Amino acid sequence: MTDHDRTDTLVPDEGLAPASTALPTADVMEELTTPPRSQWRDVWDQFKTHKGAMVGAVLFILIVAGVYLGPYLWSIDPTQIDIRARNQGPSWAHPFGTDQLGRDILARMMSGGQTSVSVGITAMLLALFLGSFIGVLAGFFRRLDGPLMRLTDLFLALPLLPLLLVMMLLFREPLSAAFGLERGIFILIVCAIGITSWMPTARIVRGDVLAIKEREFVLAARSIGTSNSQIITRHILPNVLSPIMVSATLGIATAIITESALSFLGLGFPPDFPTWGRLLFDGVDYLQQYPERVFWPGLAISLTVLSVNYLGDGLRDALDPRIRGR
Amino acid sequence: MLNFTIRRLVLAVPTLLFISLVIFLLLELAPGDPMAQVPLTVPPEVKEKMREALGLGQPMHIRFWKWIVQFFWIEPQVLIDAMFGTTFSEGDLRVISWQTRSPVMDIVVQRIPQTLWVVGTAYVVAILIALPIGIYSAYRQYSWFDQMGTFVSMVGFSVPPFFSGVLVIVIFSVQLGWFPSIYDTTLVVNSWDSFVVQLKQMIMPVMVLALQITAQLSRFMRASMLDNLNQDYVRTARAKGLSEYTVVMVHVLRNSMIPVVTVIALGIPAIFGGAIITEQVFKVNGIGQLLIGAIQANDLPMVQTLTFIFAVLIVLFNLIADVLYGILDPRIRYD
Repeated sequence: MTDHDRTDTLVPDEGLAPASTALPTADVMEELTTPPRSQWRDVWDQFKTHKGAMVGAVLFILIVAGVYLGPYLWSIDPTQIDIRARNQGPSWAHPFGTDQLGRDILARMMSGGQTSVSVGITAMLLALFLGSFIGVLAGFFRRLDGPLMRLTDLFLALPLLPLLLVMMLLFREPLSAAFGLERGIFILIVCAIGITSWMPTARIVRGDVLAIKEREFVLAARSIGTSNSQIITRHILPNVLSPIMVSATLGIATAIITESALSFLGLGFPPDFPTWGRLLFDGVDYLQQYPERVFWPGLAISLTVLSVNYLGDGLRDALDPRIRGR
Repeated sequence: MLNFTIRRLVLAVPTLLFISLVIFLLLELAPGDPMAQVPLTVPPEVKEKMREALGLGQPMHIRFWKWIVQFFWIEPQVLIDAMFGTTFSEGDLRVISWQTRSPVMDIVVQRIPQTLWVVGTAYVVAILIALPIGIYSAYRQYSWFDQMGTFVSMVGFSVPPFFSGVLVIVIFSVQLGWFPSIYDTTLVVNSWDSFVVQLKQMIMPVMVLALQITAQLSRFMRASMLDNLNQDYVRTARAKGLSEYTVVMVHVLRNSMIPVVTVIALGIPAIFGGAIITEQVFKVNGIGQLLIGAIQANDLPMVQTLTFIFAVLIVLFNLIADVLYGILDPRIRYD
């Protein structure tokens, strides 16, 4: 490092510069008194200009709210069987109709949505944690880079859907025995999806960490004796937050689709425990007579995934400083 | 280039071995017992003999080694025998399915053509649709066509095949009655009429698969075109008076195709995976449905072989994509 560089980094920015003798003009005074805009404010402003992303965000919030708060307003039990009211069309008592056992489809959609959305979010969190962890380790410690990236490549070469199906087949019984039927399968699906979808996040995070590691502020932190773990948590992680957030949104979308696909293939949740994929699978048997039974869960899955994808698209634009402010 | 290809080929071997080990170990943990269906009246010592006949009862590493030998050494010999009428593989033990007690590969070979037909046609159709859409959306960025294209590909990306498949069945086969909802694989195409029937039954699965691939590919094509359209060489080409067609379709397109071709190659194995669901929806008896059936019947050798075939496809097409990239882009000759 040359002398010139050092003075460059040591002299503070504009904030303290006008300690000079000349009186500041009103213009400069105003600039000094207004607090600096925070980065998140800029992100939000950019995000607002992306119409699709706004619609997506609102839609996603509405779906999540409807699924979690809806049962408080619509208090029919999704498992309540009313055999005399079976196969009914839409009416005020049952806006989406009833199924072949007389269960209210609206209530089942809500309870199914709770499972689908929570599987999506939990699996995404797990994948995100694994991906960021491996990505940061691989990017930060040169010795771990090679092995960890080879591991990532190997995982990317695995045939994921077949393996997921095999995992569902093998671990269904032991886990249901250990944690109870529903919770066991929930854990199994979340773990299976999480373990098989962390690779893209790890790759992106590693790339960003590699670039950030070489920046001056990391060097400065190291020069005052900051430990590795503190450099990672306080200097590196906040700076790789934006790719992590973008892959989080996309992760929810893939997790929801994967869970529904497993349920659709009959290897997901048990029949009396509805999820959107399971409802769709059950509806296929009555495709000819009652096509709407397939339509509602399918629409719910598609809308959720669509809104999350748009949300991710907008976030990516908003978090990219090169696009922001244009 | 040749050096690079050979190096990648050598690297593919440990990858495949690792994957086969993962699959083998996963299945090793299987709680299912192939003897579960055997009646209780069969005495235990007979059961033990049957177990040995299935190749169980030996330690794990020996069974893994045997499976590797069967898959990489004996099955290729069988293939050569079938092609040239030789007798290399006579008397060798092959991977046997627990369901049918016949060699797994024989069944796989029966099922692969259906999958290849549906998946292959879908892929070709998708490429033919996606590339023009991508080119035009990039050329007229932010036009209504581009906005529409973005929206449609977003939808195609978000609607899972098990919903779009069921939806087209409801519309085109239940309501309109145009196409059959079940794919009939016993159909022999030998006349114009049977050809039309074949075409009709292929339209829906191909449409569903192609929608997804188109969505991804057209986005890629658009992004890649956009990267190139603002480059200096494009301005040079325009400045020296080339026609707009030549500039876009020759200069820009050729450079933009480099990443797209590799994406196309990388997408092929993923499509086989995605076809599992589509095959299930339309009841195409391809390898995807074979896998689901084998999983439900606890037929472990079949599951193992099929999963491994999917893995081989992925590794193979990764290799092809890498090599293609080097061939297409002279800046990236890995030397």
